[in-house]
Amino acid sequence: MRAIGIILAGGNSFRMRELSQKRAIAAMPVAGSYRAIDFALSNMSNSHIAKVGVLTQYNARSLNEHLSSSKWWDFGRKQGGLFVFTPTVTVENNFWFRGTADAIYQNLTFLKNSHEPYVVIASGDGIYKMDYNKLLEYHIDKKADITVVCKTLDCTDDSERYGIMKLDKDNRVEEFDEKPMAAKSNMISCGIYVIRRRQLIELIEKCAEEDRFDFVRDVLIRYKNIKRIYGYKLDTYWSNIASVEDYYRTNMDFLKPEVRDYFFKTYPEVYSKIDDLPPAKYNVGTSVKNSLIASGSIINGTVEDSIIFKKVFVGNNCVIKNSIVLNDVYIGDNTYIENCIVESRDTIRANSYYKGEDEIKIVLEKNERYVF
Amino acid sequence: MIKKEMIAMLLAGGQGSRLGILTSKVAKPAVSFGGKYRIIDFPLSNCINSGVDTVGVLTQYQPLRLNTHIGIGIPWDLDKNQGGVTVLPPYEQVGNTEWYTGTANAIYQNIDYMEMFNPDYVLILSGDHIYKMDYEVMLDFHKQNKSEVTIAVMPVPIEEAKRFGIIIADENKKITDFEEKPENPRSNLASMGIYIFNWNTLKESLIAMADQPALDFGKHIIPYCHKKGMPEYAYEFNGYWKDVGTLNSYWEANMELIDIIPEFNLYEEYWKIYTKSDTLPPQYISKDSVIEKSIIGEGSTIYGKVYNSVIGCGVTIGKDTVVKGSIIMNESEIGDNCVIDKAIIAENAKIGNNVELGAFEEKENETDPTIYSHGIVTVGEWSEIPDNIKIGKNSMVSGITEASDYEGGVLDSGKTFIKAGE
Repeated sequence: MRAIGIILAGGNSFRMRELSQKRAIAAMPVAGSYRAIDFALSNMSNSHIAKVGVLTQYNARSLNEHLSSSKWWDFGRKQGGLFVFTPTVTVENNFWFRGTADAIYQNLTFLKNSHEPYVVIASGDGIYKMDYNKLLEYHIDKKADITVVCKTLDCTDDSERYGIMKLDKDNRVEEFDEKPMAAKSNMISCGIYVIRRRQLIELIEKCAEEDRFDFVRDVLIRYKNIKRIYGYKLDTYWSNIASVEDYYRTNMDFLKPEVRDYFFKTYPEVYSKIDDLPPAKYNVGTSVKNSLIASGSIINGTVEDSIIFKKVFVGNNCVIKNSIVLNDVYIGDNTYIENCIVESRDTIRANSYYKGEDEIKIVLEKNERYVF
Repeated sequence: MIKKEMIAMLLAGGQGSRLGILTSKVAKPAVSFGGKYRIIDFPLSNCINSGVDTVGVLTQYQPLRLNTHIGIGIPWDLDKNQGGVTVLPPYEQVGNTEWYTGTANAIYQNIDYMEMFNPDYVLILSGDHIYKMDYEVMLDFHKQNKSEVTIAVMPVPIEEAKRFGIIIADENKKITDFEEKPENPRSNLASMGIYIFNWNTLKESLIAMADQPALDFGKHIIPYCHKKGMPEYAYEFNGYWKDVGTLNSYWEANMELIDIIPEFNLYEEYWKIYTKSDTLPPQYISKDSVIEKSIIGEGSTIYGKVYNSVIGCGVTIGKDTVVKGSIIMNESEIGDNCVIDKAIIAENAKIGNNVELGAFEEKENETDPTIYSHGIVTVGEWSEIPDNIKIGKNSMVSGITEASDYEGGVLDSGKTFIKAGE
């Protein structure tokens, strides 16, 4: 085993609007049956990384529940395992994680007690498949200090959300701007890094001495001309879900056959916690068109161009269009939902009407549910 | 010393020959059911839901699928440090090595396994029924009545009683007599093949009767205990219980799952049925699909029309194909423009384009009229049917068939066609 993994899953973003109230972005349900962090975890597992630390902070309840057992990703091993780190008060420290570098610093023992020579750091909100071994080989080949996975975006509209990179001919990072107002390039950082473990410990300790807390700003950007930082270009599907629009678009991407085949039918698989739900059920009078339906759901009405997550009940004469309905939602009869994201565990009363006009509407109802 | 109050012994070694081609390669308990389950999931889930965490599964006939399904019992939470699930195949021994020759003989050969857990009670189950039952309630009944042998029974219509082992009990449910498939039944209480024994009683009876050939619970052990004057009680169960022993009852039990509020409800929270899931992704329903009154498993892709059917996991149904009243098991693939009418298609089968299953006038099956009946077309696992073939009712196809195997592109009703592989 050549590497250990760290998944940064503490983040939250105002761009997630009401969706961030309930959970960290890494715990967002994705593509009907998964959660965002499943992709990074499965990539680690499929790349034979046996020891993974997940750093959480913002509203981790949902995430902790999802990670309550490590067996789904095959991390329940004697050698290795899945470690979840939340901020704790210690003799030396009583701060929250003040940034990604600080989060790693506060759990430096995890790095120090490992013996694998490399560390793969990934964020918990990327939707992609990747063999980190290839990244590692590239990193070794380039004799890099740090390798950053990057991707060329088609449009640069929301480049202020990303780290923007510019590479030289040899793919060495020339410029790195964190969330600039105007982007100089359409190459963005995917938030996936590989670095030698001892190097990382050294850099993080240096940061801590100088009261610097952010991995991107205080390590990558600060050291970009001193250390050998290389870009690794990713040309397969990658998407980040950290805004409502991206979250919606990423889910809708799964209605495309090529995206479905890539994630659902191509080896290696993406793993997730198993919920033991019965098959989805379609009653008389249903009309489902171009949609994904997850298990445990019961459909009575009309569903078009939508993603229905697990254990959703759709009542009679309902119409659901261009929408995402998250886990365990009950939708009463005659309800109309269009261009919406319905938050999980919602109970929608009969005869309701929701329509996102200019933007995606987030439906957040806290009605009492009467279970029969 | 390990101490378990009650352990379960699950008989899963039978072939279930009345399921025809479905059990040619797998034991009956490993046959798929209800889209994503296998029959054995029901008793195994009942065990863990009832607090029985030690289960010995007795296998004999074609155990591979069963073994890989059960594994170390993770899906049912039966991967325990003490107890859990153990697969018990027949084994070689000094002197008298034999297969499991009967239900009770199988248990007899595993006395050492049971002894390990020092149980007070042993629950005997069979792996071929669909039901949800709290064995703990049955155990309470057993204890209250100071019973030594308790048999779960259920009331059946008196005209059907002659198909079952019938229990005759007094007003306190104390058993007074038995009848095996009687012509004129004296009671309508059918034995469900579920027994609770006091461990000492069971052990003693098994050892006493050990030399009986084909030692069976219904035929030998229960009557033996009765003759010895041990108190035997009938525990009446009034929930859903279905023996899926024949192709038709198997088909019916599947179809009952798709009712609006099915009598056997898989969607209840408090008594979950667990299974080993290989696929996770949601199912995709295309813009041209129509789906009504059906259940569909994870990861399936539907382009056609599906009515009144039970579709497993990872199934593909092509464009303009119509599936009616059928069961299609995991990972099967149906081409475009087919008509599938009242068919049972086993796992990993491949049906070409423009194929019609369930065509023509109904005719009795020529080789096994008692198995392939009720108009059902059965396709065996890993079978292939090429494009443009019409297959009649009460027929069965198994093996990788080619166009040249069908005269005029047709297999008439009532025909059985098995193409042996290389």
